[in-house]
Amino acid sequence: MDGIHDLGGMQGFGAVDHAPAEPVFHEPWEGRTRALMEVVLDAVQPNGGEFRHAIERMAPGHYLTSSYYEHWLTAAATLAVEHGLLTRADLEARAGGRFPLSGPVLAPPVTDPVADASEPRFGVGDRVRVREWHSPGHTRCPRYVRGQEGVVVRLDGAYSVPDVEAHGTARRYEATYSVRFDAASLWRDGQRGVWVHVDLWDSYLEAA
Amino acid sequence: MSGGGGDPAPMAPVEQRVAALEALLTERGLVPEGFIEEITRRYETEIGPMNGAKVVARAWSDPAFRQRLLTDGTAAIAEMGFGGAEGDHMVVVENTPAVHNVIVCTLCSCYPWPTLGLPPAWYKDPPYRARMVREPRTLLAEMGCGVPEDVEIRVWDSSAEVRYLVLPQRPPGTEGMPEAELAGLVTRDSMIGVARL
Repeated sequence: MDGIHDLGGMQGFGAVDHAPAEPVFHEPWEGRTRALMEVVLDAVQPNGGEFRHAIERMAPGHYLTSSYYEHWLTAAATLAVEHGLLTRADLEARAGGRFPLSGPVLAPPVTDPVADASEPRFGVGDRVRVREWHSPGHTRCPRYVRGQEGVVVRLDGAYSVPDVEAHGTARRYEATYSVRFDAASLWRDGQRGVWVHVDLWDSYLEAA
Repeated sequence: MSGGGGDPAPMAPVEQRVAALEALLTERGLVPEGFIEEITRRYETEIGPMNGAKVVARAWSDPAFRQRLLTDGTAAIAEMGFGGAEGDHMVVVENTPAVHNVIVCTLCSCYPWPTLGLPPAWYKDPPYRARMVREPRTLLAEMGCGVPEDVEIRVWDSSAEVRYLVLPQRPPGTEGMPEAELAGLVTRDSMIGVARL
């Protein structure tokens, strides 16, 4: 989905709040959230990518005004409710206030993933173009490279396609590649000597 | 309470939401005794950038290991006893006088846990994820890591299964330094690529 999580290249965010060292967990609730996420995943056994997609479905305003552990809390609670483990009413009664959950899944379930495509269609040095599509479901194809041309620099073997596995029990395996893009052609800003590499599944690409 | 219109009820503070989730899961018998404390302790003490620092120091000290590390990062890192979730498919990218590498995850927070631990907050926040693929030379300079114009920058967006580790350049004046001492020089940020040593 074209969600708020897909941040690559967006402007206006300002400085990175960088510190050379920081505690693993800033607050005790962060560590507890980390553990509760594992409890929920163990209990509901979600499909691969389903947890990530639950974060992606957060309301944009909430996503941008909460820390990453709050994203995990929201996604864990969302999956617990969607899988029938808990109810939102229980969560809100116990929390003593509103407990925002992620929005609904927009994509239909994937029931026929078609055959695997584990054999790579492209080799190192091949020019490829990223398909310009706008899936309503989970995908690992960032918006900022869609429609862009790049060069394959590495083959990484075949992996389960996130767009399929996040939306059902079916699986499809495809070759994956690291594709190099010239930053100047991505952003049309004349910068020099900057290459951005994005790791992409076979079906995200077409020959350029 | 979730409301369909009008003024929504105030959002419960995050600590209360976590406590609510924990209480409900515990009542259903799903949280084993001591589990939360054990998970927290493991991430605070057992994994972290000290592991990656040992890998880098070995690569600086042992040319054959360095070659194996750059050829098959997962296998070479496993030789040192590190691996597992978010480290199953490692690619190590080497900084040289002509090339500076930096890692990012624009879509979420992918990061090599076995070698670097859990990612710092800024790595997961929007400014870093939005800007590192768009204006890395400017952002690196802002973060105190100026990269000269004649040095190529390679940004690696961890969008699939591979997790990346930057092999920083060995600092000058460290010839003959023992491996354990070298590891003490290697910072987390140098292995993300937002600092030079």
